[in-house]
Amino acid sequence: MTASLAGLLPDVAGHFGRYGGRFVPEALVAALNQLDAAYRHAMADEAFQAEFGALLRDYAGVPSLLYRATRLSESVGANILLKREDLNHTGAHKVRNVLGQALLTKRMGKRRVIAETGAGQHGVASATAAALMDLECVVYMGEVDTERQALNVARMKMLGATVVPVTSGSRTLKDALNEALRDWVSTVDHTHYCIGTAAGPHPFPAMVRDFARGIGVEARRQCLDLTGGLPDAVGACVGGGSNAIGIFHAFVGDEGVRLYGFEAGGEGISSGRHAARFSGGTPGVLHGTRTYVLQDDDGQTLESHSISAGLDYPGVGPEHAWLHDNGRASYLPVTDDEAMGAFQLLCRTEGIIPALESAHAVAGIIKVVPALREELGREPTIIINLSGRGDKDVETAGAYFGILK
Amino acid sequence: MSISVAFEKARAEARPSGRERPGRALVVGCMPAGFPTVEGSIASMKAMAEAGVDVIEVELPYSDPVMDGPVIQKASDIALAAGVRTRDTLRIIEAVAATGVPVVLMTYWNPIEKYGVDAFARDLAAAGATGMITPDLIPDEAQEWLAASDAHKIDRTFLVSPSSTDDRIAMTVEHCRGFVYATSIMGVTGAREQTSSLAPELVARVRAVSDIPVGVGLGVRDGAQAGEVGRFADAVIVGSALIRCVLEAPDEAAGLDALRTLSADLAAGVRA
Repeated sequence: MTASLAGLLPDVAGHFGRYGGRFVPEALVAALNQLDAAYRHAMADEAFQAEFGALLRDYAGVPSLLYRATRLSESVGANILLKREDLNHTGAHKVRNVLGQALLTKRMGKRRVIAETGAGQHGVASATAAALMDLECVVYMGEVDTERQALNVARMKMLGATVVPVTSGSRTLKDALNEALRDWVSTVDHTHYCIGTAAGPHPFPAMVRDFARGIGVEARRQCLDLTGGLPDAVGACVGGGSNAIGIFHAFVGDEGVRLYGFEAGGEGISSGRHAARFSGGTPGVLHGTRTYVLQDDDGQTLESHSISAGLDYPGVGPEHAWLHDNGRASYLPVTDDEAMGAFQLLCRTEGIIPALESAHAVAGIIKVVPALREELGREPTIIINLSGRGDKDVETAGAYFGILK
Repeated sequence: MSISVAFEKARAEARPSGRERPGRALVVGCMPAGFPTVEGSIASMKAMAEAGVDVIEVELPYSDPVMDGPVIQKASDIALAAGVRTRDTLRIIEAVAATGVPVVLMTYWNPIEKYGVDAFARDLAAAGATGMITPDLIPDEAQEWLAASDAHKIDRTFLVSPSSTDDRIAMTVEHCRGFVYATSIMGVTGAREQTSSLAPELVARVRAVSDIPVGVGLGVRDGAQAGEVGRFADAVIVGSALIRCVLEAPDEAAGLDALRTLSADLAAGVRA
């Protein structure tokens, strides 16, 4: 069933089964329709695809490598292949999405982009694309996060962006998203909202996925070249879910390939301090889409927690909600401590300092390997999407390991 | 009283000069439930109604109100921090509707879905509300709400915007009952220096396809502006300016005084 549906969803109104859609003020509908039309046209337009492909290749360093991580493999007891999105320009998979959306912004004749950011990675990526394409850029960032991530604020400013600290609500990512939506309601005629993940109202989940799905297309081909076959499993971390859907999508039709998404278990599900929407949330509506949400009995959004800012979000992309419910992908929580253990292991065995987000993917795969090995009766071959590098996390990790005060 | 009856009564009243429609416009006054406390919000709403606000719009406080500006956000945060629950909102509606003033609820969608759409429509009707405004639910996604609101006879108010196409305006008003909410500016809620020039055109576009009453909101802060909007709208919707009376008052009594003064000014404005 899922194999035949792969590539066909969402429906024309943006639904993935019961998830997705548009839960937005009417004021945004015209802009979403305009964006949907531009995106559909671009997807079918060879000139756009050529321009996008050339930018990714010449500017962002795509396709990223698929690297056989020999020492990590020995330590884990599986053949681990790392999709090295951490080597892209700006240090993460996110550059794919922002370059795609910036190109679309130009196509729609708009001259200003706005973005929300948590840790600042998407803000930096947006500011980068805006500088490259001569667009005005305003980034909304929770006041708490601007203090925690002062270096990224400086990066955005160096790239010419305006950073607006958001002081409403919990003053974190979800409030930055609210504020960006409020800006967009007022400026929609000349502004594009460059959303940072495969969530939000239609067409964002499908569009962001399509800009990121090259990750999986490349990894699938690279794996065939390298090993002569498809992997037994693919793993990725899931915050909003753009890197995960980006690598999953090309494999959804390959029924022998298990798909694992790892969400932030924080201090443990029972602690209440986590960002595990599938293990600790329920279906609801947040930020324009129906999906799994951390919410209380009254439908008020709950605060999420993770050591990794990129996974610290109470909602998740609707396509993941659909893949979760139909069983095509498995979503499992990984705690802060498990992620930090995998972070250290990757540093020491491969000389790669991963983003804390990506460390969740490594930790999650380490947890599922024993069962997979038993099921297959051999060492499984697994692709992990190493979605970003850890430069931004040196302070957090240094404090965690007692290296920095 | 249902809001349709309120519109009928207002249409029978004297027509202010410069107004082409029969009678006068209604004043709809908005207040978040449970702000600053459950009892405090009931007192505020009753004071508004006694001083001349025709319809009370109760806003259900929500953690992520993307259509609202800083004033309503702050009031909602205060209500939520004080622990207000969905059931409290229904209790507040019941207390205010019992005085005879028409009450409509404005709510973001997720709390309703969490409560259970049909159960909520049932309990909202039982509490005495006549209608519900859904700022982040468009008719395209509203199948369950259409059925529940029909079953329990709750008037549905969806929003139209200056950016709406003619087709979408026609589709949206077709799904409304009671009145349609015209957002007069491209932006979030909050009192502004000037009301919008986009509003009369938007109202005219609704009138071109429907006879449904049109409420105009976003930006009205005093009687003079209410009078301007009341020249072409069927209802003038005021939120942030009323809430600010309570937010900025040194104590509850001063807040109620300020609310009564502004409510009376708005009521005079739509009659002048």
